[in-house]
Amino acid sequence: MSLAKRIIPCLDCENGRVVKGVKFLDIRDAGDPVEVSKRYCDQGADEITFLDITASSDNRDTTIHTVEAIASQVFIPLTVGGGIRSLDDIRIMLRAGADKVAINTSAVLTPEFVKEAAEKFGSQCIVVAIDAKQVSLAGEPLRWEIFTHGGRKATGIDAIEWAKRMVAYGAGEILLTSMDRDGTKNGFDLALNRAISEAVSVPVIASGGVGNLQDLVDGITEGKVDAVLAASIFHFGEFSIPEAKEYMASKGIVVR
Amino acid sequence: MNRVVVIDYGMGNLHSVGKALEHVDENISLTITADAQQIRDADRLIFPGVGAMRDCMAEIKRLKIDELLKQARLEKPILGICVGMQAMLSYSEENNGVDCIGLFPGMVKRFKENQVDESGEILKVPHMGWNEVKQTSAHPMWQGIENNSRFYFVHSFFVDPDTDKQDSANIVGESSYPLTFSSAISAENIFAVQFHPEKSQNVGLQLLKNFLSWNGQL
Repeated sequence: MSLAKRIIPCLDCENGRVVKGVKFLDIRDAGDPVEVSKRYCDQGADEITFLDITASSDNRDTTIHTVEAIASQVFIPLTVGGGIRSLDDIRIMLRAGADKVAINTSAVLTPEFVKEAAEKFGSQCIVVAIDAKQVSLAGEPLRWEIFTHGGRKATGIDAIEWAKRMVAYGAGEILLTSMDRDGTKNGFDLALNRAISEAVSVPVIASGGVGNLQDLVDGITEGKVDAVLAASIFHFGEFSIPEAKEYMASKGIVVR
Repeated sequence: MNRVVVIDYGMGNLHSVGKALEHVDENISLTITADAQQIRDADRLIFPGVGAMRDCMAEIKRLKIDELLKQARLEKPILGICVGMQAMLSYSEENNGVDCIGLFPGMVKRFKENQVDESGEILKVPHMGWNEVKQTSAHPMWQGIENNSRFYFVHSFFVDPDTDKQDSANIVGESSYPLTFSSAISAENIFAVQFHPEKSQNVGLQLLKNFLSWNGQL
Protein backbone atom coordinates (compact mmCIF):
# COMPACT_ATOMS: atom_id res chain seq x y z
CA MET A 1 0.00 0.00 0.00
CA SER A 2 1.68 3.19 -1.11
CA LEU A 3 1.28 6.40 -3.02
CA ALA A 4 1.17 5.92 -6.80
CA LYS A 5 3.58 7.71 -9.10
CA ARG A 6 1.66 10.09 -11.32
CA ILE A 7 1.52 10.34 -15.11
CA ILE A 8 0.59 13.84 -16.23
CA PRO A 9 -0.17 14.61 -19.86
CA CYS A 10 0.64 18.22 -20.66
CA LEU A 11 -1.36 20.38 -23.03
CA ASP A 12 0.62 23.31 -24.40
CA CYS A 13 -2.09 25.57 -25.78
CA GLU A 14 -1.92 28.48 -28.14
CA ASN A 15 -5.00 30.47 -29.12
CA GLY A 16 -7.27 27.72 -27.79
CA ARG A 17 -5.57 24.78 -29.54
CA VAL A 18 -3.21 22.13 -28.22
CA VAL A 19 0.17 22.51 -29.89
CA LYS A 20 3.57 21.00 -29.32
CA GLY A 21 6.84 22.47 -30.43
CA VAL A 22 10.27 20.93 -30.65
CA LYS A 23 12.55 23.12 -28.55
CA PHE A 24 9.79 25.74 -28.65
CA LEU A 25 9.78 25.82 -32.47
CA ASP A 26 8.02 23.89 -35.23
CA ILE A 27 4.59 23.90 -33.68
CA ARG A 28 2.21 21.06 -34.65
CA ASP A 29 -1.52 21.11 -34.00
CA ALA A 30 -2.68 18.38 -31.62
CA GLY A 31 -6.36 19.13 -31.18
CA ASP A 32 -9.05 20.70 -29.05
CA PRO A 33 -7.93 20.98 -25.40
CA VAL A 34 -11.29 19.97 -23.94
CA GLU A 35 -11.54 16.83 -26.07
CA VAL A 36 -7.91 15.97 -25.47
CA SER A 37 -8.24 16.41 -21.67
CA LYS A 38 -11.37 14.31 -21.55
CA ARG A 39 -9.71 11.53 -23.52
CA TYR A 40 -6.70 11.48 -21.19
CA CYS A 41 -8.92 11.52 -18.11
CA ASP A 42 -10.96 8.58 -19.44
CA GLN A 43 -7.72 6.72 -20.15
CA GLY A 44 -6.63 7.07 -16.53
CA ALA A 45 -4.31 10.09 -16.52
CA ASP A 46 -3.58 11.11 -12.92
CA GLU A 47 -3.68 14.87 -13.52
CA ILE A 48 -3.81 17.29 -16.43
CA THR A 49 -1.45 20.21 -16.90
CA PHE A 50 -2.58 23.03 -19.18
CA LEU A 51 0.09 25.52 -20.22
CA ASP A 52 -1.02 28.62 -22.10
CA ILE A 53 1.85 29.52 -24.40
CA THR A 54 -0.03 32.23 -26.27
CA ALA A 55 2.47 35.05 -26.59
CA SER A 56 0.08 37.97 -26.28
CA SER A 57 -2.36 38.53 -23.46
CA ASP A 58 -5.18 39.26 -25.94
CA ASN A 59 -6.50 35.75 -25.73
CA ARG A 60 -6.79 35.57 -21.96
CA ASP A 61 -10.54 35.06 -22.18
CA THR A 62 -10.08 32.10 -24.52
CA THR A 63 -7.85 30.50 -21.90
CA ILE A 64 -10.32 31.12 -19.09
CA HIS A 65 -13.18 29.62 -21.11
CA THR A 66 -11.07 26.63 -22.04
CA VAL A 67 -10.15 26.02 -18.38
CA GLU A 68 -13.82 26.27 -17.42
CA ALA A 69 -14.79 23.79 -20.12
CA ILE A 70 -12.08 21.32 -19.10
CA ALA A 71 -12.95 21.61 -15.39
CA SER A 72 -16.62 20.90 -15.97
CA GLN A 73 -15.80 17.56 -17.62
CA VAL A 74 -12.59 16.37 -16.06
CA PHE A 75 -12.68 15.23 -12.43
CA ILE A 76 -8.98 14.88 -11.80
CA PRO A 77 -6.61 17.65 -10.71
CA LEU A 78 -5.98 20.39 -13.24
CA THR A 79 -2.91 22.65 -13.18
CA VAL A 80 -2.92 25.82 -15.26
CA GLY A 81 0.21 27.75 -16.17
CA GLY A 82 1.32 30.51 -18.50
CA GLY A 83 0.95 34.20 -17.83
CA ILE A 84 0.19 33.88 -14.09
CA ARG A 85 1.46 37.25 -12.88
CA SER A 86 -0.78 38.42 -10.04
CA LEU A 87 -2.94 37.19 -7.18
CA ASP A 88 -5.89 38.15 -9.37
CA ASP A 89 -4.66 35.88 -12.18
CA ILE A 90 -4.53 33.02 -9.67
CA ARG A 91 -7.97 33.80 -8.29
CA ILE A 92 -9.43 33.86 -11.82
CA MET A 93 -7.90 30.51 -12.73
CA LEU A 94 -8.97 28.82 -9.48
CA ARG A 95 -12.44 30.20 -9.97
CA ALA A 96 -12.48 28.88 -13.54
CA GLY A 97 -11.82 25.42 -12.09
CA ALA A 98 -8.05 25.04 -11.88
CA ASP A 99 -6.80 23.21 -8.79
CA LYS A 100 -3.24 24.49 -9.02
CA VAL A 101 -1.44 27.22 -10.90
CA ALA A 102 2.09 27.02 -12.26
CA ILE A 103 4.18 30.16 -11.82
CA ASN A 104 7.38 30.56 -13.81
CA THR A 105 8.68 33.89 -15.11
CA SER A 106 6.82 35.95 -12.51
CA ALA A 107 8.48 33.99 -9.71
CA VAL A 108 11.89 34.94 -11.07
CA LEU A 109 10.96 38.58 -11.55
CA THR A 110 9.31 38.84 -8.13
CA PRO A 111 10.13 35.91 -5.82
CA GLU A 112 7.93 37.43 -3.08
CA PHE A 113 4.95 36.78 -5.35
CA VAL A 114 5.26 33.04 -4.62
CA LYS A 115 5.23 33.75 -0.89
CA GLU A 116 2.14 35.93 -1.15
CA ALA A 117 0.39 33.40 -3.38
CA ALA A 118 1.10 30.50 -1.01
CA GLU A 119 -0.07 32.51 2.00
CA LYS A 120 -3.23 33.58 0.22
CA PHE A 121 -4.26 30.36 -1.53
CA GLY A 122 -2.25 27.66 0.26
CA SER A 123 0.88 25.84 -0.87
CA GLN A 124 -1.20 22.97 -2.24
CA CYS A 125 -2.19 25.04 -5.25
CA ILE A 126 1.12 26.78 -5.94
CA VAL A 127 3.38 24.98 -8.39
CA VAL A 128 6.63 26.68 -9.30
CA ALA A 129 7.70 25.82 -12.85
CA ILE A 130 11.44 25.86 -13.41
CA ASP A 131 13.07 25.83 -16.85
CA ALA A 132 16.65 24.72 -16.34
CA LYS A 133 19.59 24.37 -18.69
CA GLN A 134 22.96 22.81 -18.07
CA VAL A 135 25.66 25.48 -17.91
CA SER A 136 28.64 23.43 -16.77
CA LEU A 137 31.09 22.39 -19.46
CA ALA A 138 32.35 18.86 -20.08
CA GLY A 139 34.60 17.78 -17.22
CA GLU A 140 33.19 20.36 -14.79
CA PRO A 141 30.86 19.41 -11.93
CA LEU A 142 27.26 19.47 -13.19
CA ARG A 143 25.50 22.79 -12.80
CA TRP A 144 22.20 24.10 -14.13
CA GLU A 145 20.76 27.60 -14.32
CA ILE A 146 17.21 28.73 -14.74
CA PHE A 147 15.85 30.42 -17.84
CA THR A 148 12.68 32.45 -18.31
CA HIS A 149 10.43 33.60 -21.14
CA GLY A 150 9.96 30.12 -22.53
CA GLY A 151 13.63 29.28 -22.23
CA ARG A 152 14.93 32.31 -24.14
CA LYS A 153 16.31 34.39 -21.31
CA ALA A 154 19.20 33.39 -19.05
CA THR A 155 19.04 34.53 -15.42
CA GLY A 156 22.33 33.33 -13.96
CA ILE A 157 20.43 31.75 -11.04
CA ASP A 158 21.49 28.27 -9.92
CA ALA A 159 18.61 25.82 -10.40
CA ILE A 160 19.07 23.85 -7.17
CA GLU A 161 19.34 26.97 -5.02
CA TRP A 162 16.31 28.39 -6.76
CA ALA A 163 14.20 25.28 -6.17
CA LYS A 164 15.09 25.30 -2.45
CA ARG A 165 14.23 28.98 -2.19
CA MET A 166 10.87 28.53 -3.90
CA VAL A 167 9.97 25.70 -1.52
CA ALA A 168 10.99 27.86 1.44
CA TYR A 169 8.65 30.53 0.03
CA GLY A 170 5.75 28.08 -0.02
CA ALA A 171 5.76 26.27 -3.37
CA GLY A 172 3.86 23.00 -2.89
CA GLU A 173 5.31 21.30 -5.93
CA ILE A 174 8.07 21.84 -8.52
CA LEU A 175 7.49 21.34 -12.24
CA LEU A 176 10.99 20.90 -13.61
CA THR A 177 11.66 21.21 -17.33
CA SER A 178 15.04 20.56 -18.88
CA MET A 179 15.50 23.04 -21.71
CA ASP A 180 18.23 20.84 -23.14
CA ARG A 181 15.87 17.91 -23.47
CA ASP A 182 12.47 19.50 -24.11
CA GLY A 183 11.11 18.25 -27.41
CA THR A 184 14.15 16.09 -28.19
CA LYS A 185 12.71 12.68 -27.20
CA ASN A 186 16.11 11.79 -25.73
CA GLY A 187 14.75 11.17 -22.23
CA PHE A 188 14.63 13.33 -19.09
CA ASP A 189 17.77 14.99 -17.78
CA LEU A 190 18.05 12.44 -14.97
CA ALA A 191 20.93 14.10 -13.14
CA LEU A 192 19.03 17.40 -13.02
CA ASN A 193 15.82 15.78 -11.79
CA ARG A 194 17.62 13.78 -9.14
CA ALA A 195 19.58 16.80 -7.92
CA ILE A 196 16.44 18.89 -7.49
CA SER A 197 14.24 16.11 -6.13
CA GLU A 198 16.78 15.24 -3.46
CA ALA A 199 17.24 18.90 -2.56
CA VAL A 200 13.59 19.69 -1.78
CA SER A 201 10.93 18.20 0.48
CA VAL A 202 7.99 18.71 -1.90
CA PRO A 203 7.01 16.57 -4.92
CA VAL A 204 8.87 17.13 -8.19
CA ILE A 205 7.37 16.59 -11.65
CA ALA A 206 9.90 15.76 -14.38
CA SER A 207 9.32 17.34 -17.75
CA GLY A 208 11.10 17.58 -21.07
CA GLY A 209 12.46 14.88 -23.31
CA VAL A 210 10.23 11.82 -23.07
CA GLY A 211 10.55 9.73 -26.23
CA ASN A 212 9.52 6.28 -25.04
CA LEU A 213 8.08 4.45 -22.05
CA GLN A 214 11.45 3.52 -20.57
CA ASP A 215 12.14 7.26 -20.24
CA LEU A 216 9.16 7.52 -17.87
CA VAL A 217 10.51 4.63 -15.78
CA ASP A 218 14.00 6.14 -15.68
CA GLY A 219 12.58 9.47 -14.52
CA ILE A 220 11.14 7.77 -11.47
CA THR A 221 13.78 5.22 -10.64
CA GLU A 222 16.87 7.30 -11.49
CA GLY A 223 15.52 10.85 -11.55
CA LYS A 224 13.77 10.15 -8.20
CA VAL A 225 10.75 12.26 -9.15
CA ASP A 226 7.20 11.83 -7.92
CA ALA A 227 5.45 12.41 -11.23
CA VAL A 228 6.30 12.39 -14.93
CA LEU A 229 4.93 14.82 -17.46
CA ALA A 230 4.82 14.21 -21.19
CA ALA A 231 3.13 15.71 -24.20
CA SER A 232 4.03 14.52 -27.68
CA ILE A 233 4.25 10.77 -27.00
CA PHE A 234 0.60 10.91 -25.95
CA HIS A 235 -0.70 13.60 -28.32
CA PHE A 236 0.37 11.93 -31.52
CA GLY A 237 -0.81 8.48 -30.52
CA GLU A 238 2.60 6.85 -30.15
CA PHE A 239 1.62 5.54 -26.73
CA SER A 240 -1.56 5.63 -24.67
CA ILE A 241 -1.78 6.32 -20.93
CA PRO A 242 -2.78 2.68 -20.19
CA GLU A 243 0.24 1.44 -22.15
CA ALA A 244 2.48 3.75 -20.16
CA LYS A 245 1.01 2.58 -16.85
CA GLU A 246 1.21 -1.06 -17.80
CA TYR A 247 4.87 -0.68 -18.74
CA MET A 248 5.71 1.22 -15.55
CA ALA A 249 3.91 -1.38 -13.44
CA SER A 250 5.88 -4.15 -15.19
CA LYS A 251 9.04 -2.38 -13.99
CA GLY A 252 7.84 -2.39 -10.40
CA ILE A 253 6.53 1.18 -10.20
CA VAL A 254 3.32 1.71 -8.27
CA VAL A 255 0.71 3.27 -10.55
CA ARG A 256 -3.02 3.82 -10.21
CA MET B 1 -35.77 18.66 -4.76
CA ASN B 2 -32.49 17.75 -3.12
CA ARG B 3 -31.17 21.05 -1.74
CA VAL B 4 -27.40 20.84 -1.40
CA VAL B 5 -25.34 23.65 0.09
CA VAL B 6 -21.58 23.81 -0.33
CA ILE B 7 -20.46 25.92 2.62
CA ASP B 8 -18.32 28.79 1.33
CA TYR B 9 -16.12 30.49 3.92
CA GLY B 10 -13.81 32.02 1.36
CA MET B 11 -11.14 29.33 1.36
CA GLY B 12 -10.27 27.83 -1.99
CA ASN B 13 -11.82 26.39 -5.06
CA LEU B 14 -15.38 25.30 -4.34
CA HIS B 15 -16.38 25.19 -7.96
CA SER B 16 -14.75 21.81 -8.50
CA VAL B 17 -16.93 20.17 -5.89
CA GLY B 18 -20.00 22.01 -7.21
CA LYS B 19 -19.34 20.88 -10.77
CA ALA B 20 -18.74 17.31 -9.68
CA LEU B 21 -22.02 17.23 -7.71
CA GLU B 22 -23.97 18.58 -10.68
CA HIS B 23 -22.25 16.06 -12.91
CA VAL B 24 -23.47 13.09 -10.82
CA ASP B 25 -26.99 14.49 -10.44
CA GLU B 26 -28.18 17.35 -12.61
CA ASN B 27 -31.47 17.58 -10.71
CA ILE B 28 -30.06 18.80 -7.39
CA SER B 29 -30.47 22.39 -6.29
CA LEU B 30 -26.92 23.48 -5.60
CA THR B 31 -25.92 26.62 -3.71
CA ILE B 32 -22.43 27.71 -2.75
CA THR B 33 -22.86 30.06 0.20
CA ALA B 34 -22.14 30.95 3.82
CA ASP B 35 -25.67 32.25 4.36
CA ALA B 36 -27.05 30.94 7.66
CA GLN B 37 -30.62 30.60 6.47
CA GLN B 38 -29.67 28.66 3.36
CA ILE B 39 -27.47 26.38 5.46
CA ARG B 40 -30.42 25.79 7.83
CA ASP B 41 -32.80 25.12 4.93
CA ALA B 42 -30.53 22.69 3.07
CA ASP B 43 -31.23 18.97 2.90
CA ARG B 44 -27.54 18.18 3.02
CA LEU B 45 -24.26 20.06 3.45
CA ILE B 46 -20.79 19.85 1.96
CA PHE B 47 -18.07 21.29 4.21
CA PRO B 48 -14.89 21.62 2.13
CA GLY B 49 -11.72 23.58 2.80
CA VAL B 50 -8.19 24.22 1.69
CA GLY B 51 -5.44 26.41 3.03
CA ALA B 52 -4.10 27.13 6.45
CA MET B 53 -6.14 26.17 9.53
CA ARG B 54 -5.74 29.48 11.36
CA ASP B 55 -7.27 31.41 8.45
CA CYS B 56 -9.97 28.78 7.95
CA MET B 57 -11.01 28.80 11.61
CA ALA B 58 -11.01 32.60 11.73
CA GLU B 59 -13.53 32.70 8.89
CA ILE B 60 -15.54 29.76 10.24
CA LYS B 61 -15.94 31.59 13.57
CA ARG B 62 -16.60 34.98 12.00
CA LEU B 63 -19.39 33.50 9.86
CA LYS B 64 -20.63 31.36 12.83
CA ILE B 65 -20.34 28.25 10.68
CA ASP B 66 -19.17 26.31 13.75
CA GLU B 67 -22.50 26.95 15.48
CA LEU B 68 -24.45 26.14 12.31
CA LEU B 69 -22.62 22.82 11.93
CA LYS B 70 -23.19 21.84 15.57
CA GLN B 71 -26.91 22.27 14.97
CA ALA B 72 -26.91 20.76 11.46
CA ARG B 73 -25.30 17.50 12.57
CA LEU B 74 -28.44 16.72 14.55
CA GLU B 75 -30.60 17.21 11.47
CA LYS B 76 -29.00 16.33 8.13
CA PRO B 77 -26.11 14.63 6.35
CA ILE B 78 -22.82 16.53 6.20
CA LEU B 79 -19.81 15.65 4.04
CA GLY B 80 -16.48 17.08 5.24
CA ILE B 81 -13.62 17.27 2.74
CA CYS B 82 -9.89 17.78 3.45
CA VAL B 83 -9.45 20.82 5.73
CA GLY B 84 -13.23 20.67 6.28
CA MET B 85 -12.70 17.24 7.82
CA GLN B 86 -9.77 18.46 9.89
CA ALA B 87 -11.73 21.45 11.21
CA MET B 88 -14.27 19.01 12.71
CA LEU B 89 -11.69 17.81 15.28
CA SER B 90 -10.92 19.62 18.53
CA TYR B 91 -7.45 20.97 17.83
CA SER B 92 -4.85 21.31 15.05
CA GLU B 93 -1.08 21.51 15.36
CA GLU B 94 -0.97 23.77 12.28
CA ASN B 95 0.11 27.44 12.64
CA ASN B 96 1.52 26.79 16.16
CA GLY B 97 -1.80 25.38 17.33
CA VAL B 98 -5.40 26.27 16.50
CA ASP B 99 -8.61 25.36 18.30
CA CYS B 100 -11.02 23.80 15.82
CA ILE B 101 -14.79 23.25 15.83
CA GLY B 102 -14.66 20.17 18.02
CA LEU B 103 -17.47 18.03 16.65
CA PHE B 104 -15.16 15.14 17.54
CA PRO B 105 -12.39 14.73 20.10
CA GLY B 106 -8.95 14.41 18.58
CA MET B 107 -6.00 16.19 17.03
CA VAL B 108 -4.85 17.23 13.60
CA LYS B 109 -1.15 16.39 13.22
CA ARG B 110 1.54 17.01 10.63
CA PHE B 111 3.32 14.30 8.67
CA LYS B 112 6.94 14.07 9.79
CA GLU B 113 9.48 14.92 7.10
CA ASN B 114 12.11 12.53 5.80
CA GLN B 115 10.05 9.43 6.52
CA VAL B 116 11.08 6.44 4.48
CA ASP B 117 8.81 3.87 2.82
CA GLU B 118 9.44 0.10 2.64
CA SER B 119 11.65 0.51 -0.44
CA GLY B 120 13.86 3.07 1.32
CA GLU B 121 12.51 6.05 -0.59
CA ILE B 122 12.09 9.38 1.23
CA LEU B 123 8.44 10.43 1.27
CA LYS B 124 7.61 13.99 0.25
CA VAL B 125 5.34 16.29 2.25
CA PRO B 126 2.68 17.30 1.22
CA HIS B 127 1.25 13.85 0.65
CA MET B 128 0.13 14.50 -2.91
CA GLY B 129 -1.36 12.06 -5.36
CA TRP B 130 -3.41 8.88 -5.56
CA ASN B 131 -3.32 6.63 -2.52
CA GLU B 132 -5.32 3.62 -1.42
CA VAL B 133 -8.18 3.88 1.04
CA LYS B 134 -8.82 0.73 3.03
CA GLN B 135 -12.46 0.54 4.09
CA THR B 136 -12.09 -0.41 7.75
CA SER B 137 -15.81 -0.82 8.25
CA ALA B 138 -18.86 -1.12 6.04
CA HIS B 139 -20.76 2.09 5.38
CA PRO B 140 -23.51 3.18 2.94
CA MET B 141 -21.08 5.81 1.59
CA TRP B 142 -18.77 3.04 0.34
CA GLN B 143 -21.48 1.52 -1.81
CA GLY B 144 -20.22 0.70 -5.33
CA ILE B 145 -16.62 1.56 -4.39
CA GLU B 146 -14.10 -1.26 -4.28
CA ASN B 147 -12.06 -1.68 -1.14
CA ASN B 148 -8.54 -0.18 -1.47
CA SER B 149 -9.56 2.11 -4.33
CA ARG B 150 -7.19 5.00 -4.95
CA PHE B 151 -8.37 8.55 -4.22
CA TYR B 152 -6.59 11.86 -4.79
CA PHE B 153 -4.96 13.41 -1.71
CA VAL B 154 -3.14 16.68 -1.17
CA HIS B 155 -2.36 17.53 2.44
CA SER B 156 0.40 17.88 5.01
CA PHE B 157 -1.80 17.32 8.08
CA PHE B 158 -4.03 14.39 9.01
CA VAL B 159 -6.68 13.71 11.66
CA ASP B 160 -6.05 11.51 14.68
CA PRO B 161 -9.46 10.96 16.33
CA ASP B 162 -9.43 10.18 20.04
CA THR B 163 -11.34 6.92 19.74
CA ASP B 164 -11.14 6.23 23.49
CA LYS B 165 -13.61 9.03 24.09
CA GLN B 166 -17.31 8.30 23.98
CA ASP B 167 -18.27 10.93 21.41
CA SER B 168 -15.44 10.02 19.02
CA ALA B 169 -15.95 9.62 15.29
CA ASN B 170 -15.63 6.10 13.89
CA ILE B 171 -12.71 5.43 11.61
CA VAL B 172 -14.18 4.04 8.39
CA GLY B 173 -11.20 4.44 6.06
CA GLU B 174 -7.42 4.24 6.50
CA SER B 175 -4.44 5.04 4.31
CA SER B 176 -0.71 4.90 4.90
CA TYR B 177 2.16 7.33 4.24
CA PRO B 178 4.03 5.46 5.67
CA LEU B 179 2.20 5.69 9.00
CA THR B 180 -1.43 4.62 8.96
CA PHE B 181 -3.81 7.55 9.27
CA SER B 182 -7.59 8.01 9.19
CA SER B 183 -8.60 8.97 5.67
CA ALA B 184 -12.34 8.67 6.33
CA ILE B 185 -14.29 9.09 9.57
CA SER B 186 -17.99 8.94 10.29
CA ALA B 187 -20.70 9.47 12.88
CA GLU B 188 -24.43 9.87 12.66
CA ASN B 189 -25.10 12.40 9.86
CA ILE B 190 -21.40 12.97 9.27
CA PHE B 191 -18.99 11.47 6.78
CA ALA B 192 -15.64 13.18 6.41
CA VAL B 193 -12.73 12.40 4.12
CA GLN B 194 -9.13 13.58 3.87
CA PHE B 195 -9.00 13.01 0.09
CA HIS B 196 -10.77 14.99 -2.61
CA PRO B 197 -13.71 13.01 -4.05
CA GLU B 198 -14.33 15.79 -6.58
CA LYS B 199 -10.85 15.14 -8.00
CA SER B 200 -10.84 11.35 -7.72
CA GLN B 201 -12.47 10.52 -11.04
CA ASN B 202 -14.98 7.64 -11.02
CA VAL B 203 -14.53 6.45 -7.44
CA GLY B 204 -14.83 10.02 -6.18
CA LEU B 205 -17.93 10.72 -8.25
CA GLN B 206 -19.47 7.51 -6.88
CA LEU B 207 -18.83 8.70 -3.32
CA LEU B 208 -20.52 12.04 -4.07
CA LYS B 209 -23.41 10.19 -5.67
CA ASN B 210 -23.74 8.04 -2.54
CA PHE B 211 -23.77 11.17 -0.40
CA LEU B 212 -26.66 12.68 -2.37
CA SER B 213 -28.87 9.76 -1.34
CA TRP B 214 -27.40 8.98 2.11
CA ASN B 215 -29.91 9.28 4.96
CA GLY B 216 -27.21 9.94 7.54
CA GLN B 217 -27.49 6.56 9.25
CA LEU B 218 -24.55 4.21 9.73
